Amino acid sequence: MGDAERTATETVDINGYSGPVVEFKDVTISFDVKPVLEHISFTVERAQTLIILGPAGCGKSVLLKMANGLLRPDSGSIRIFGQEITTMPERDLFRLRAHIGMVFQESALFDSLTVEDNVAYRLHEERVPEDQVRHRVEEALKFVELEQAIDKFPSELSGGMRRRVSIARAIITGPDLILYDSPTGGLDPITSTTIIQLVMKQRDVSHTTSLVVTHRLQDAFVMATHRYDAEKGMVPLEQNSSGSRIDQGTCFLVLNEGGIKFLGNTEELVHSEDPWIKEYLA
Amino acid sequence: MPFKSPEEFIKETVGAIQEYSVLCWTAITDLFSAPRYWADIFTQMDSIGVGSMPIIILTGFFTGCVLALQSATALTQFGAVSKTGSLVSLSMVKELGPVLTGLMVSGRNAAGMASELGSMKVTEQIDAMRALGTDPMRKLVVPRLVATVFMLFFLTIIADAFGIGGGALMSVAILGLNGSSYLHDSYRGLVHGDIVQGLTKPLFSGFIIATVGCYCGLKTTGGTQGVGRSTTQAVVISSVAIIIVDLLVTRAMIGIFGS
Repeated sequence: MGDAERTATETVDINGYSGPVVEFKDVTISFDVKPVLEHISFTVERAQTLIILGPAGCGKSVLLKMANGLLRPDSGSIRIFGQEITTMPERDLFRLRAHIGMVFQESALFDSLTVEDNVAYRLHEERVPEDQVRHRVEEALKFVELEQAIDKFPSELSGGMRRRVSIARAIITGPDLILYDSPTGGLDPITSTTIIQLVMKQRDVSHTTSLVVTHRLQDAFVMATHRYDAEKGMVPLEQNSSGSRIDQGTCFLVLNEGGIKFLGNTEELVHSEDPWIKEYLA
Repeated sequence: MPFKSPEEFIKETVGAIQEYSVLCWTAITDLFSAPRYWADIFTQMDSIGVGSMPIIILTGFFTGCVLALQSATALTQFGAVSKTGSLVSLSMVKELGPVLTGLMVSGRNAAGMASELGSMKVTEQIDAMRALGTDPMRKLVVPRLVATVFMLFFLTIIADAFGIGGGALMSVAILGLNGSSYLHDSYRGLVHGDIVQGLTKPLFSGFIIATVGCYCGLKTTGGTQGVGRSTTQAVVISSVAIIIVDLLVTRAMIGIFGS
């Protein structure tokens, strides 16, 4: 696994870049002549969390895949760490992705590899010495509270455990941007809370910029109104100087019928006068 | 399944040929640049080469047996039954060994590649691989291509040897021929051009098996049903392509060696 002659994930230098981490400008993508997303424009600043909401099939996952260069738009511009990725060759994209972690909707773990090898995948590709790999894998699994599953195969894990391994795999290299594609999709409420707590933990401990796709409003609002505490876990935010109990680094993007229906912070979202937004939130 | 318009069908076919050509070209160019996944290449060699040996040995052996019996029946009419060895070795080395080995490996490995890569595709593992900074072409396609071309060459030699051996067994045990003269005749019946022709074919067959298997796998859509469809397509397309390319290579070799 880790025998590549030269690492496939040579990094792209993003040090010193201080602009928006993610920048979409007038992005449009179609499948079979049917537009899925049209004229999408937004930016995500460093350490910000953008929660992407919307009904099923509105293009949330497509948007996330475009942000990682897995899909290319038909028109428009996508800049990640200031680098235009719509025209970037795949080889350069592999290097850029060294800075991006992604958690897939159905975990997308490699089913022929153990949890350890799944989590260590990127380290093996980067040819990190084996003695360091085990230690870092244990650290990542400890973060998601799944150290006991290190030697298991994905087929032996529950849905929630697989999702946690997927998070461990995404964060092991300390990425500067994390993309979560419905991290709680298909999970029971208790497991969903555990996953959201992990997402918040990554946000509050590492201050990683993140895009979180979800269709569960309760998860989105928990993220906006809570913070991670090392001892108590998830705790409600204290009132800040302006009297707000909402995380200011968390914003919302609501998609519907291929377009942006709402883009703004939590307070603007809950006070939106748009009838569709009101109905969606109800 | 709804009928497609001729225009749609032609567009899809041309599009598929274009995508397949791009995959082949990318796989070939990736051979000459790093990173290379040697462990994956050796794993595939084990899976494709060593794993296919039992079926290749059985196929080659029994084909040789049948060939000896059938050809002896015809040769007896001309009083040339002693030429059985020559006929078996020529048929095995030039045609049956390479083609049957290609078809058997196609049935086993093109199907295996299509189903494995297809399952990875529908469960987003290919996307995950790309997201983790690994090129699926280099990691999945190139090792299979190298392993199939390399191992099919040797599998063909094994099939040829067991075919001639099977022919010898039948000739000695049933036709009552002398074993030594059978083998001598088999050896004398072959010329340099026959060996080159017989060992050129598996290089093409190996390329077809790996690229068609991987292409069908990577283009899979539609869940588990799609995986099944890709697997069937991979076997059908690669088998037909092996026979067509066999004809072309045979004609080219006759042009070069004259027989």
